[in-house]
Amino acid sequence: MSTRGKISGNTPNPFASRRGLNQFNNRLFTLLVWVVGICTVLFICGLLFLILQKGLPKLEWSFLSGLPSEIEEGGGIGPTLFNSIYVLVISLVISIPLGMAAGIYLAEFAPDNKFIAFVRICVEGLASVPSIIFGLFGIAIFVEAFQIGLTILGGAVSLAFLNLPVLTRVTEEAIRAVPIEMKNASFALGGTHLQTILRVLIPVSLNSIITGICLVAGRAFGESAVIILTAGVTTSGEMWDFSLFSPGETLAVHLWYVQSEAIVPDATEIAEKAAAVLVFVVLLINVIFRVPLWLNARKTRV
Amino acid sequence: MGTLIDIQSLNLYYGTFHALKDVSMDIPEKAITAFIGPSGCGKSTLLRTLNRMNDMIPGTRIEGQIAVGGTDIYSREVDVETLRKKVGMVFQQPNPFPKSIYDNVAYGPRLHGIRSKGKLDEIVETSLRSAALWGEVKDHLKRSALSLSGGQQQRLCIARALAVNPDILLMDEATSALDPISTLKIEELAQDLKDRYTIVMVTHNMHQAARVSNQTVFFLNGEVVEYSDTEKLFSNPRDQRTEDYISGRFG
Repeated sequence: MSTRGKISGNTPNPFASRRGLNQFNNRLFTLLVWVVGICTVLFICGLLFLILQKGLPKLEWSFLSGLPSEIEEGGGIGPTLFNSIYVLVISLVISIPLGMAAGIYLAEFAPDNKFIAFVRICVEGLASVPSIIFGLFGIAIFVEAFQIGLTILGGAVSLAFLNLPVLTRVTEEAIRAVPIEMKNASFALGGTHLQTILRVLIPVSLNSIITGICLVAGRAFGESAVIILTAGVTTSGEMWDFSLFSPGETLAVHLWYVQSEAIVPDATEIAEKAAAVLVFVVLLINVIFRVPLWLNARKTRV
Repeated sequence: MGTLIDIQSLNLYYGTFHALKDVSMDIPEKAITAFIGPSGCGKSTLLRTLNRMNDMIPGTRIEGQIAVGGTDIYSREVDVETLRKKVGMVFQQPNPFPKSIYDNVAYGPRLHGIRSKGKLDEIVETSLRSAALWGEVKDHLKRSALSLSGGQQQRLCIARALAVNPDILLMDEATSALDPISTLKIEELAQDLKDRYTIVMVTHNMHQAARVSNQTVFFLNGEVVEYSDTEKLFSNPRDQRTEDYISGRFG
């Protein structure tokens, strides 16, 4: 028979909301976080939409696969798109194993001394060096020391150097974040250090490592300074040119080139379409690299 | 009951800290031996010398001898991985890998080179049955081990340890993170397992030692104060310090 309202009756409710300054601050802060969050998301989505909306509708296959033109209208981006992917793949093939190996060394094997602490500071420093420095480094090695000129090889290796510190850092952090209990479990079952690294530490930290790889892959795909200095602003003029010693203008460089140097009449349109393709491919890279994680997660449903 | 583990005047140092002082004891096979004592008394340290997990702590130095089945486990010829296969361990916090239940149990056998699906299936089933977990998980072996409750996770860790077919099972406060009902299950499990395995357990909980163990060792400041049959140690301790500890006057 009792009604819930009765309980409080005439006595003041001990749980009544207190409208103190703390409550006010709490609400204000919550509101602020929401507003800033929504604005940021809107801004990013708007930016993406703008880039894609300007370029994507005008895209045709002939643009994606066509050769660039120097003077006339209607040039494509075929070889530069190919170079972008080719250079990216080579640079990742070089930098992922090296970066991961270095990261695993620092996390698992490196002694705890001043020299290693110094190495760590250097790696961190290198991770934030402007990319053009790596471009100059590439010139010094490939153009001046080896005298092979502006090539895909030079561009890819320089890009790999650019990404190496970030990958090393990301891998080290990810491996360190694996709880010691899991490592102990593997050792206690008679696992060797190598088995423990391969079967526990890397799989457990794979998510963070792949996030790191996505970051550097996206950065490498959009990188222009390093490529301009080491791979040049021209292509060999052929599609599917797998030679490592061809000049290797990439899509990002081409984008800069048409906008600033080229004399083709449809430069703006090419730039818009190329930008859309560039953004689209970066998004695609992020999706593709996550496929193994999804497959992995599906195998062990919680 | 023969002796399986024979410890002779063992001294262990972490850097300059003398953690175990002249410890000698015989641990019988196919029985439960419990190590009790206040925090920092060296009981876990001694446990971890038995499968050489202390090797991984830098600055650890050991003098004396530990023989398992007559072999000095600190001699140069001993392969640590093979030793750990024979001396399994269950930790304080349940620590399953973030893999499926099946893959957790199959982890050890796979490390040691068993590839055949049929053989692995068999090992997984026997181990989970031995750990009294089979009935609860047999229909979803592909689920993540992290979806299990704490008590189930700990029994999974026991199954994982049993899967490599050890002779000895070390339990390092294996129930201290669990609720009373899960604790009871693990204690019953230990009772069942002692017919086939030699169990050495470290426990903070004196009552647990009194309930499940055959022998009890009382440690204080890195020394063995008293080692006798559990019943005798709790009903009629020889040493005053043991009596003070088990009657709750300190610790």
